[in-house]
Amino acid sequence: MDLFANLALGFDTAFTLQNLLYCLIGCVLGTLIGVLPGLGPIATIAMLLPATYALPPVAALIMLAGIYYGSQYGGSTTAILLNIPGETSSVVTAIDGYQMARNGRAGVALFTAGMGSFFAGCVATLVLAAFAAPLSQLAFKFGPAEYFSLMVLGLIGAVVLASGSLIKAIGMIVLGLLMGLIGTDVNSGVSRYAFDIPELSDGIGFVAVAMGVFGFAEIMTNLEKKDEDEGFLNKMSTMIPTKEDVKRMIPSILRGTTIGSILGILPGGGAALAAFGAYSVEKKSSKYSHEFGKGAIEGVAGPESANNAAAQTSFIPLLTLGIPPNAVMALMVGAMTIHNIQPGPQVMTSNPALFWGLIASMWIGNVMLILLNLPLIGIWVKLLKIPYRFMYPAILVFCCIGVYTVNNTVFDVYVTAAFGVIGYLFTKLGCEPPPLLLGFVLGPMMEENFRRALLLSRGDFTTFVTRPLSLGLLIASALLVVIVALPAVKKTREEAFVED
Amino acid sequence: MKIRNQRDFGAGIMYMVIGLFFTIMATQYPMGTAAKMGPGYFPFFLGIIMTLLGLFVLIRSLSAKAAIESIPKFNWRIIGLITGSVVLYGILLPTMGFIVAVFVLVFMSASASHEFHWKGTLVNASFLIIFTYSVFVVGLKLQFPLLPFFLQQ
Repeated sequence: MDLFANLALGFDTAFTLQNLLYCLIGCVLGTLIGVLPGLGPIATIAMLLPATYALPPVAALIMLAGIYYGSQYGGSTTAILLNIPGETSSVVTAIDGYQMARNGRAGVALFTAGMGSFFAGCVATLVLAAFAAPLSQLAFKFGPAEYFSLMVLGLIGAVVLASGSLIKAIGMIVLGLLMGLIGTDVNSGVSRYAFDIPELSDGIGFVAVAMGVFGFAEIMTNLEKKDEDEGFLNKMSTMIPTKEDVKRMIPSILRGTTIGSILGILPGGGAALAAFGAYSVEKKSSKYSHEFGKGAIEGVAGPESANNAAAQTSFIPLLTLGIPPNAVMALMVGAMTIHNIQPGPQVMTSNPALFWGLIASMWIGNVMLILLNLPLIGIWVKLLKIPYRFMYPAILVFCCIGVYTVNNTVFDVYVTAAFGVIGYLFTKLGCEPPPLLLGFVLGPMMEENFRRALLLSRGDFTTFVTRPLSLGLLIASALLVVIVALPAVKKTREEAFVED
Repeated sequence: MKIRNQRDFGAGIMYMVIGLFFTIMATQYPMGTAAKMGPGYFPFFLGIIMTLLGLFVLIRSLSAKAAIESIPKFNWRIIGLITGSVVLYGILLPTMGFIVAVFVLVFMSASASHEFHWKGTLVNASFLIIFTYSVFVVGLKLQFPLLPFFLQQ
């Protein structure tokens, strides 16, 4: 079979001392920078991109891929330890991961995230190697109507992220969608809700919103609870999961890997939806669903696997179609063109050593990441022992520097401060922010595809139900609403009964 | 009429205010038609959905079946110190430079804790300045104004 010959060629390319070294450097740098609050994969790759200019093309891409995985894993670490997600997909990890850390199980959470990512990475690399060409055909089947319906499904799935009231969670999603619309409208060039503030015409930054609503608001609420101040920081933490933990995380990792591998292929939002989707599936299918939001291990294992699987398979549209599915991949295109490689279907035939070498190095990168990070877990967990009165000013400093570096403007620092207050208000009103962030990320894409779909159908709204794939996705959304709403209806009935 | 669930009541008001704001603002942008949507179309209807959701949450909070919940108190001192320290950092960074800005940020935010002690905070601030300087300025070569404007060459 060709696959093995190809993989052999790939490993031949990747297994040179030089390439292994660059892969290692990439992973180390990526992890160390990614673990700083506020510096997600995009910022990390953008900062380190110039460092790869001088390298030979294969080595440069291998190093960039290493940086990408490293920073993503580093971002999950911050999400678990400090409740500061650096990018969309780790928002989900923060929900239960941070609660596990508060229960003194930070080590187990980090171990689970690492193992889940490793397993998912291995499987997704194989998927990438075996099905890259046929899978890219799937992406062609997705027109604007299908994308819109997929996002509806994703957003409704996001409702599951909240543990409180269903209707308030839907409100948070819509609020996120609205916030995402702030800035210049791509179709007409009209600046919306920007009030002639030039910085707002580019929209609000994701990092600013996420750090404000999660990080800053969390600090303010923590400071209020004086006596609990150092409670969770001093609890003993081991990284060895119990038998029970292992039994619970394995199925979640398998499901997460499947979801991530499939959704990662879709250009635009696929990787972000993967983590959210995996969390929804875990919460709905688990018999421990009451533990979600309070530190359920499935809530870390599922999304982290999905996240990493999607990170691998999102290379498929890039390598086979030349379409970058997200901002990180767009940077990779930039790196490729600098080295005179035109991404697209011809890479596989014209430059097989590069194509298969990159795939092989993805697997090597995953191995290095786990070898690197298992010993590091002990150090990360020790960081939690720093008294909170020293810790939170440090978090603020890193957040302020991080958010400033995204666009080199202090305006983003003010936006973060404002969202800190807004996030604090949300906690007081019992509105949970994770659904808001997904809405915020998908808002512009959703409007874009909605408009395009209706443009193609000449204003006919039935286009969303006459196209079979789109209809299927909408039916799935409707089913999801029913599944989500049923227990809620039952619960209010029970409450009413108790009050009588 | 008694407000049974004050948290939901507050959330409902917030949703409605935001929804109405987006809808009213959207009327200032061209609406277009479904086939050729203008920039106002999507936000207009999304704002209406937001307002309706708010209204629903609001009405539900008044119903006799709603759980009794009150909004927890706001700690204005903590909000002021934390948010203020971040805003001050933003104001100080361009003129007074990185070192002063980080120093002020650490001191002001640390004073929000009931365990605040100036000696410990001084050590923490110095450590953070050295650490962030070596990581961001030396290591990652990011451009910051380092010193106050009157000390720059």
